[in-house]
Amino acid sequence: MQKTDVLIIGAGVVGCAIARELSKYRVRVLVVDKNEDVGGEASKANSAIIHTGFDAPPGSLESELVNAANPMYEKLCADLDIPFAKIGAIMPAFTNEQFEQLPAIKEKAFKNKVYDVEYLTAEQLLEREPNLNPCVKAGLFIPREYIIDPFLLVVAYAENALENSASFLLNTKITGISTNNGAVAGIETTAGRIEARYIVNAAGLYCDEVAAMVGKADYTVNPRKGQFYILDKNTSCKVNHIVLPIPTKLTKGKLMCPTIHGNMLVGPTAEDLLDKEDYATDAAGLASIREDVSKLIPDIKFGDAIMQYAGLRANRNPEGLRVDTYDDVKGYVNLSGIRSTGITASAALGKYVAQTLIQMGMPAEFKADFIEKRKGIIRFHELSRKQQDDVIRKNPLFGKVICRCETVTEGEIAEAVRRPLPARSMDAVKRRLRAGMGRCSGGFCGPRVLEILARELNVSVEEINKNQSGSYMVTGEVRAGKVRQGAQNA
Amino acid sequence: MHEIFCDVAVIGAGPAGLAAAVSAKKQGVAKVLIIERDISPGGILQQCIHPGFGLTYYNEELTGPEYAGRFVKAAEDAGVEFLFDTMVLEVSGRFGWESGLAKNSGQESSQADACSAAWTSRSAPPAQTPRLTQAGSGDRRKPGSSEGDSSFSGACPAGNAVNIIICVNKSVGMAVVYAKSIVLAMGCRERTRGNLALPGTRPAGVYTAGAAQRLINRQNIMPGKRVLILGSGDIGMIMARRLTLEGAEVIAVVEIMNYLTGLTRNRVQCLDDFGIPLLLSHSVTRIEGAKRLTGCMVAQVDENRKPIPETEKFYECDTLLLSVGLIPENELSLGAGVKLCPVTGGPIVNQFMQTSIPGIFACGNVVHVNDLADNVSAESEIAGSAAAHYALGLLPQAFGSIVCVPGNNVRYVCPQTVALTNEDAKIKLYFRVQQPYAGARISANYNGREILSKKAIKVNPGEMEYVAINSASLQPPLHSLSAEMPGEIIISVEKEA
Repeated sequence: MQKTDVLIIGAGVVGCAIARELSKYRVRVLVVDKNEDVGGEASKANSAIIHTGFDAPPGSLESELVNAANPMYEKLCADLDIPFAKIGAIMPAFTNEQFEQLPAIKEKAFKNKVYDVEYLTAEQLLEREPNLNPCVKAGLFIPREYIIDPFLLVVAYAENALENSASFLLNTKITGISTNNGAVAGIETTAGRIEARYIVNAAGLYCDEVAAMVGKADYTVNPRKGQFYILDKNTSCKVNHIVLPIPTKLTKGKLMCPTIHGNMLVGPTAEDLLDKEDYATDAAGLASIREDVSKLIPDIKFGDAIMQYAGLRANRNPEGLRVDTYDDVKGYVNLSGIRSTGITASAALGKYVAQTLIQMGMPAEFKADFIEKRKGIIRFHELSRKQQDDVIRKNPLFGKVICRCETVTEGEIAEAVRRPLPARSMDAVKRRLRAGMGRCSGGFCGPRVLEILARELNVSVEEINKNQSGSYMVTGEVRAGKVRQGAQNA
Repeated sequence: MHEIFCDVAVIGAGPAGLAAAVSAKKQGVAKVLIIERDISPGGILQQCIHPGFGLTYYNEELTGPEYAGRFVKAAEDAGVEFLFDTMVLEVSGRFGWESGLAKNSGQESSQADACSAAWTSRSAPPAQTPRLTQAGSGDRRKPGSSEGDSSFSGACPAGNAVNIIICVNKSVGMAVVYAKSIVLAMGCRERTRGNLALPGTRPAGVYTAGAAQRLINRQNIMPGKRVLILGSGDIGMIMARRLTLEGAEVIAVVEIMNYLTGLTRNRVQCLDDFGIPLLLSHSVTRIEGAKRLTGCMVAQVDENRKPIPETEKFYECDTLLLSVGLIPENELSLGAGVKLCPVTGGPIVNQFMQTSIPGIFACGNVVHVNDLADNVSAESEIAGSAAAHYALGLLPQAFGSIVCVPGNNVRYVCPQTVALTNEDAKIKLYFRVQQPYAGARISANYNGREILSKKAIKVNPGEMEYVAINSASLQPPLHSLSAEMPGEIIISVEKEA
C-alpha cells in the first residue's frame, strides 16, 4: 500500500502549485488526478491572464490571494523557465454611462489595494491601442495585468515539484476518503488505497464531490462556461494590451488580448451550467463574442480565427473562494470557489495551503537542497540562428521541424516524452510545445507527432490518445504487416 | 552556418517546384536548387495515389506519384539539385532588404551598402542595420533572439545574388542559401475546423481530408471506421472513395453550398459509383463526443447558408473529415515582404509569376489554389523560366503594368497584373467564377476595348477557366506610354442561353 504525508487531490494549476510549495519541506507529497496529464480541466482553458485583483470582491480571500500572488510571477516564471509578459490592461469607456462607472471601478481597485490604476484620456488610449473603437471617451489603465502560458505554468510547477521528490499518480480516480478518530487516514482510488496524514482537496470542478466524501457537502460547484476564439498570429488587427470591457451587473464581459505566443485571444462568454463535462462551443456563444468584442475593436478579423474552445470556471454556490479546515476532519484542507483568478491565485494558494498544513502540525523542515529553478525544454524557435545551429550539432533531431506553424522540432517532442513528467498524448505534446496549436491545427504535424509519440513510448499508434483514455486517434493499420513508410518520414 | 550559393533556389519539391526547377535549368543557369522539407520529392502528389493526373499535360492518365515521377526524372536529367529533409524558416528578397534598411536608418542607401550590411547584420548594432526579420510582418520575435550570431557574415556575392533563404537540416544544421532568384512553391494548407468556427466539443477523430489521406496512403494507418465528410472539395470526395475501398463506412458528403465545389468527374467516380450520398445545402452544425467523436448534427441551410434548426439531424460517426478549402501557405512570403492578394491569399504576380519583390517568383498553389496539377505544372514552367531569366539578367524590361480586374461573376484573375514589355507572347489569364452558369460568354476588355470573347458551355466555381490574350493586343496608345497610365483588363462572365 502506498503511503504519503500529504496527498493532494487534483493536478490542476492549484494542486501543482501546492505540490511545488510543499516540495520545499521534508514531507512526502503525492498528487493524484483522474486525467492522463496535469492541468487537464479548468487550468487548460482560460484567458491566461495574471490578474491584479483590481475587480475582486474587496476584503475577500480571493482579493488577498490575487494581490499577494501578482508580484510573485516575474521571479516565479524566471525560476520555472516559462514565458511571461508584462503587457498591462486597459478598460475603455465608450458611452456616458460607462464613463460614469470609471470612478467606482477605480475605487474598487483601491479597496483591493491596487493603487496603480490610472485614468487615460481617449487620446492616450488610442495611442496605446490604435485599433480601439475611436468612439472611446476615456478609460482606465491597469498596469500590472500580465499574460502567461497557463499550460506551461502547470507543467513547470509539477516538474519542479517532481524534481524535489514530490510524486504524481495520474489516470487515477478517487472513490472515497477514509477517516479515523476525526482525522483523515487515506483515500480509496481506482488504483487501490493510499494512506495519508494530510489531504488537500484541490479538485476544482469536482471539489464538491470530494468534500462530500468527508461529509462536508455544504456547497456545490456550478460550472460557468467561457467560450473563446483564438486568432492567427498574422491577423491584421491586433491589440497590445489586455482590452477589458466595462463590466455589467451580470458579467465581466468579453475581452481581447494577445497571448504570450502572439496570437489574439477573444472572449469569454459566461454561461451557468449543471454539466461539469460540457466543454462544447455553440453558435450562439461564438456569435455573442463576435458581436460584443467588435464594439471594443471594430476591425477585429474573426475570419482569421484558428480555434475556438470552451473552459469551465469552477464557480461555487454559494459564491466565493474559500480555504476551509474542519475540527471534526483533522488533516483535511478543502479548497473551493477557485474561478477566473485561479491561475493567478495559484502561486499564493501554494503558500497559503502550506502554511495551513504547518499550523495543523505538518513538519516544516526546509529542504536545504531544494532545487528552485526548473530548466524547460529547449524552445528551438526562440534561439538565435547560431544557438539553433549548435543545438542541432548536439542533437540532430532538433534539425527536423515537425510543426511548421510553430516551428517545433522532433528533438523537442522526443524530449517532452522523456521528461520526468512525460507527455503521453497528442494534447500533452501540444500544451508543452505548441505542436498543433498553430494555424493548421495539426493538419500537417498531427500524423507526424502521432508516429513520434508511438515510437518514443514504444506503443502502437492505436494506443496514442488525443488526451484522456478513450480519445484514440486512429483505429489501426490499413493493411496489416506492411512497413510504414511514414515511420522514417515523419 | 552552412552556406550554399545558387542561381535559382526553389522552395518546395511538389508539382510546382519540380516544374519550375526543370524549366529554370533548361534556360541555361548553372545551379538550380530545390529545398524540400520531406525526405523525397513529389510533395502532396506522393499521397495522391488515385489516377486523374496528366490528362492535359501528358495526354494520358497517371496517378499522383507517377505524375510526380516524370518531373523528378526530368529534374534529375536536367541536373537540378535537391536539398531534402530541410525546412525553410525565413526568406528575404533584395527589395525587402532595401526598404527595411531605408525605413530603419531613415536615409537612402545604395544597393551595395544594403547588401554588405545584410551579410554582417547579425554582428552589427541592431538599431542601425536590417535584421532578417524586419522587412516582413512575420512572427513577432522575442527581443534579442536574433542577436549575438556572429557566424552569419561573409563577402557580398557579385551580381544581384542578394536573395537569402535560411533553412534547417538535420545533417548540416542551419544553412543559408544565397540565390540570384527564388521561386516560392510551398503549396497550400487545408482549412480547419477553427477557420470555420464549427461549434461543439473537441474530441479525437476530426481530421482534415489531406491529413487522413496521408495517414492512409503514406503511413498505412486508418483514421476511423464510420466517416462523415464535410465539404465537396476534391480531396474530400477522393477520400470518400479511398476510405470505402479500405473498409470504412462513409455515411455522407455534406456540402454547405447548393453546388459541388470539386470537380464533376470526382463526384461521378468517387461518390456516385460507390453510392455515397451527397447532401448539398447542408452543413455540420455541432460536433459531439467527449473523448472520440460520437457523431455530428447536420442541418439543411437556407439561401444565406444559415442552418434551418428544424432540419437538424444526428449522424452517428467516429470520424469527421473536413474538405472545406485550401489556403495558400504564405508565411514565408509574408516574412519576406511579398505583397499578397486578399482574394487568393497568394502573392500578387505578373505574367512571369514575378511577385512584388523582383527577384522572387511564385507558382502553383502558393499563388492560388488550382484544381489540376497539370495547370500547376504549366504555370510553374513560366515561373521557373522567368526566375532563370532574371538570374541571367534576361527578363524583359517592363515599361508599364496593367491590372487584371475581376468583372461580372469573376472572383479573381491570376496573374493579377501584366507587365508591358516588348516581348510578343501569349499570356494566359486564369480565373474563377463566383456562381455556376450553364451557358456563358467570357470576355476580356482592355481599357474599354474588347480584345477577346468566347463561349463556355458551363462555368463552375470548382473549375478554373482561362483566357489567352496576345501581348501585342495590349500595346497602349502612344500618349499613355508611361507607368502612370497603366490601364486595366476586365475579365467578365455573362449568362448566355
